[in-house]
Amino acid sequence: MMTNADLTALLKERCPDAVRAAHSWRGDQTARINRESLVKVARTLKEDPAFQMDFLMDVTAVDYLTFGQRPPRAFFPSSGVDVAPAPEIPADTPWPGGPEKERFVVVYHFYSSSLRHRIRLHVPVEEKAAELDSLTSLWPAANWLEREVWDMYGIRFKGHPNLKRILMYEEFIGHPLRKDYPVNQRQPLAGPGAVKRSATPSAPAAHSKGSGDLETREMLLNVGPAHPAMHGIIRLVLKLQGERVKEVDVEIGYLHRGFEKMAEVVDYNGVMPYTDRLNYVSPLINNMGYSMAVEKLLGLNVPERCHYIRVIMSEISRLSDHLTCVGASAMELGAFSVFLYLIKAREFLWELVEMVTGARLTISYCRVGGVKGDLPEDFEDRCQKALEETKKVLKEADALLTRNRIFVDRMSGTGVISAQEAIAYGITGPFLRASGTPYDVRKDCPYSVYDRFDFDVPVGAKGDNLDRYYVRMEEMRQSIRIIEAALKTIPPGPVLVDPETGRPMAAAEMVDSAKIGDIPVIARAVAVTDPTLGGSARPQHLGIAVEEKRVVLPPKEDTYGNIEGLMRHFKLVMQGHGVRPPKGESYFPVEGANGELGFYVVSDGSECAYRVRVRPPCFAIMSALPRLLTGDMLADVVPTFGSVNMIGGELDR
Amino acid sequence: MSQQLEDASFLTSKLDEAIGWARKYSIFQYPFVTACCGMEYMAAACSHYDFDRFGAGLPRFSPRQADVLFVVGTISHKMAPVLLRIYEQMADPKWVVAFGVCTCTGGFYDNYATVMGIDTIMPVDIYIPGCPPRPEYVLDGLMKLQEKIQAQHSKAGQQKA
Repeated sequence: MMTNADLTALLKERCPDAVRAAHSWRGDQTARINRESLVKVARTLKEDPAFQMDFLMDVTAVDYLTFGQRPPRAFFPSSGVDVAPAPEIPADTPWPGGPEKERFVVVYHFYSSSLRHRIRLHVPVEEKAAELDSLTSLWPAANWLEREVWDMYGIRFKGHPNLKRILMYEEFIGHPLRKDYPVNQRQPLAGPGAVKRSATPSAPAAHSKGSGDLETREMLLNVGPAHPAMHGIIRLVLKLQGERVKEVDVEIGYLHRGFEKMAEVVDYNGVMPYTDRLNYVSPLINNMGYSMAVEKLLGLNVPERCHYIRVIMSEISRLSDHLTCVGASAMELGAFSVFLYLIKAREFLWELVEMVTGARLTISYCRVGGVKGDLPEDFEDRCQKALEETKKVLKEADALLTRNRIFVDRMSGTGVISAQEAIAYGITGPFLRASGTPYDVRKDCPYSVYDRFDFDVPVGAKGDNLDRYYVRMEEMRQSIRIIEAALKTIPPGPVLVDPETGRPMAAAEMVDSAKIGDIPVIARAVAVTDPTLGGSARPQHLGIAVEEKRVVLPPKEDTYGNIEGLMRHFKLVMQGHGVRPPKGESYFPVEGANGELGFYVVSDGSECAYRVRVRPPCFAIMSALPRLLTGDMLADVVPTFGSVNMIGGELDR
Repeated sequence: MSQQLEDASFLTSKLDEAIGWARKYSIFQYPFVTACCGMEYMAAACSHYDFDRFGAGLPRFSPRQADVLFVVGTISHKMAPVLLRIYEQMADPKWVVAFGVCTCTGGFYDNYATVMGIDTIMPVDIYIPGCPPRPEYVLDGLMKLQEKIQAQHSKAGQQKA
């Protein structure tokens, strides 16, 4: 596992005048440094053999303007009744990383793939001189991340090659994630109240001068944001010489819908539906990452059975994500039947997901401290059947694609990136593994119960589109392997038993016997409220959530079934109450379908998160897209883009 | 003369019906897919649910060739001018379907980035709520749209009515 070296002490030793303070809280090591020495510290982290931080995982910022004050609520204006806040859950060690006199803190997360350790840097920045040195010369990954910090917080980066807005549009005034920007102040471009759009679109300068008639001229080609050959909304401006791509400009942000801002105005459990809609093809992995970040903040560990349920459901999500990605990219190369087959398989998995969670894709199945309901009675059989169907479909798709001359020719040798370069761009997941680096969060920084399962991490050799296809196909088989192993070893859940005989009985049967006057049965029976959610028929939610009433929402059977449950529910959802983690911050990475999906949560001790930041895996891959496309042919744009598996909700948030 | 007019209106109303019937079973949709709803759109279009049974099997990715605009997924302020442009490029007669809660009302993204319902920028014929709507909802919405198309008359027919 990870090395336990005291990195902050080491950093203090290496750069004594740079480090202002350092602490370790909930296992996260953080150093607070002076902003003048940022580049020096970053270079030490990258090059010093004791650190070897080859990944710049994330750059973000926190605006400490209103820290510790009662957060504004967007949806429910205060009723005027002041309610006493619930007691805070005591922290084992107080968090020493609170705000100082500076308004902003820029937060860097580093990871070393060889030594498997992480460090976080805090760089406090004043509001007036909000400027830092850019890290783009050390990591190309910093390019887009710094642009986002500029866009959202208005912090400048000196030496950045292209510091302009990335998620918002040029006409937008202000920086939306600053605490003094109202959450629903709109600046529309179309419709009533529209601001005027500048006449010239921001595209690189056109046509070079050609002299002769037959000479090839450079041509600008605009692809998107709504284009048939691309799934997802993104705009590529390609500069072409003949059919060669010479230069690429990528414009994103068309699906920016303020996830991070919304997470600051709803309570901790209220964020869960928003996380579903980040990577909407594999929502449970997002749910899991977020709830584990909050649980880390609270210092909770969920029960064993809950871990297994989460693992099983995440692997089902990963399967459906890879199915969609392979299907969609094959379709864009003309293999429409493969798409139909793979979506068929996804449908079987979604039926399974629906049986467990009550919804097909936006499932909100996790809760802080647990999951919403147990697995239904016949889950194992149904799951096994769905997996068999999926295996069949995978075989069919394999037969249709893997030896398909057209498919292979278009995929191989295009979109090549070396492992070293991929790491510099912060690329993780199947995309990185295809270029030969076996970094997988499930193996390298194991979380939940992943270390108990035997699975392989497939790697490619060439780092081209074909390798990415192979890696994804193999990962699906490995996911099936994990699910099957987890189903065998999952600790048993509670069963409903007849109070007189002790014989297990179904919930419906119990209700039936109660109807004919079997009073001892009805006295202990539990109301079943949600017919769409199979797991609700289980007796109680034992073993799927922590026994901490100040954190976990009661099962709906309790909320609607008895006054204690109703009160407990109220205490958790009412303004001024709710889940209240101690002041602190945590970063929790999980292996998303596209790579490392990290949630960084800052709490100020109130019922709303002070800051929720997602490290979206496909953001890093998209930022490398110009590098991937340049030099290839125009037709290669399609397979390369397909292999990125761009998911708008995750990319633009 | 009056007899002639009556004959003509009889013919036009019959013609209207025939045109409506033909139109409703030959829907060429433009799927303007932006977000999560796109996943359910895929599901509804593929073999399990199959749009094709309703004569809407072929998506066209050019606004000039399409007559129903499916707006599938959240529309942000950055995207709104693009959507509007595509709507304007479509030839008449055209219809718009708001697919999913975000396009109907903005959903729970009540913040600086999103358009609170596409009907603030363009007319909408059918609203399909749901986050995202299940394929059955989508098929129901499609049938409602077909009813609407069938019931629409050309100008002559409307004057008569």
